[in-house]
Amino acid sequence: MIKDSYDVIVAGGGPGGSSVAKHLAKLGHSVLMLEKRQEIGAPKRCGEGLSVNTAGIIGKIPPWCIAQKINAAKVYSPDRSYVLMDFGGDSKGYVVERKALDKWLAFEASRAGARVMAKSEVTGVLKDGNSVTGVRATILGGGEVEIRSKVLVAADGVESTVARKAGLNTANKLVNLDSGFQYEMSSLNMEDDKKIILYFGNEIAPRGYIWIFPKGHDVANVGIGTAMAEKPPKHYLDAFIEDNPDIFGSASIIEVNSGGIPVGGFLDNMVLDGFAVVGDAAHQVNPIHGGGLKEATIAGEIAAKVISKCIKNGDVSKRALSEYNRIWWSQRGKKLRMVEKLRHVTEKLTDDDLNMLVKELTGDILSELTRGNKFSALAKVLMKKPKLIVLARHLL
Amino acid sequence: MVWKIDRGVCLRCGACVSVCPVLALELQESGVAHDAGKCTLCTACEKICPVGSIRVEK
Repeated sequence: MIKDSYDVIVAGGGPGGSSVAKHLAKLGHSVLMLEKRQEIGAPKRCGEGLSVNTAGIIGKIPPWCIAQKINAAKVYSPDRSYVLMDFGGDSKGYVVERKALDKWLAFEASRAGARVMAKSEVTGVLKDGNSVTGVRATILGGGEVEIRSKVLVAADGVESTVARKAGLNTANKLVNLDSGFQYEMSSLNMEDDKKIILYFGNEIAPRGYIWIFPKGHDVANVGIGTAMAEKPPKHYLDAFIEDNPDIFGSASIIEVNSGGIPVGGFLDNMVLDGFAVVGDAAHQVNPIHGGGLKEATIAGEIAAKVISKCIKNGDVSKRALSEYNRIWWSQRGKKLRMVEKLRHVTEKLTDDDLNMLVKELTGDILSELTRGNKFSALAKVLMKKPKLIVLARHLL
Repeated sequence: MVWKIDRGVCLRCGACVSVCPVLALELQESGVAHDAGKCTLCTACEKICPVGSIRVEK
């Protein structure tokens, strides 16, 4: 079932891996995508919220991958005032079922011609001098085999070790990683099952937020992301649930999820001779909301086009593959670095500052901010407090 | 100093692996593998663990 060599081997079967694999297969290349877990998409490490814009980038998502359609996000400040980010329609946002979506993305890669193998893990990287020439892998839990590649793509997620084994140091700094924890809960008493709810406050979620993403009338992902907090995020989420019996009084826990969320530390270089890295493994995540699906999908397509061109030209050197660096940085990196700057500002805000912002900012401006736009509007509000002027200047 | 993990608490999410500066951790099918030879006991993994399953004891 597995050949001795492929044009491209993809380590990891998440959205980034499937995107690379699908596009390369469509361009006529032989592709092998290996996923170490026995089930693609599980366990999920995601709040599962998507904008319609992200959904459009991913493709024509089948209805069986969508749990709930969402019309707005309600953002609460610590004093429980809120601002509404209206999506402008009843199906402008989705809460998806990642286990289904990731599988569908793998189906699509497979249908395009890629060979996909679950429970098959890259255990080592083969090198000839500085060039990556393939992998050692266990296929379906069997013994280790060697498989050759012209290009190896590491799409092995936040816990990536393949890039480091290949010789590219992708270890992230602690300051660039949020700690995430989530329950999927049922029998919730939600205020509105068509809205995602975000709660900000340094006491309830230090340097982060708590979210409720509805997956049905009484089912939701209830999660938290925190940074550099005194206690693990689970501690804060459990306290929030305890403090809000009106919502959680009769709730059950159906699933427990956790994960590290890269929120910065973008890589100037993402390639080696015969090698590239995409997705969470390359820290390609929006630093303000921690969403990585869109970024992994886009980066996967960019990487695939460059890799295909390099293979066709017979030059998969680091120099040739670095076109992926250039295109990614101009299309996504520059924007994401702006969003990273915004994050550094928001992390320094006190609960009083957050209360003020929620009163002064409109939902539309908040939406633009998360996309890296309208920073001047935020700066204008921050200028109202003398001690925030320094922060405001970072945005201009 | 000694590195410890409570495997009953660990959710195998791999957050610890991504912040390990020396590649002493790896997420395997059976859970997080720790290489004491490489580990510098820097505590980054302890600080990032979403469920507090890792302890670097002095």
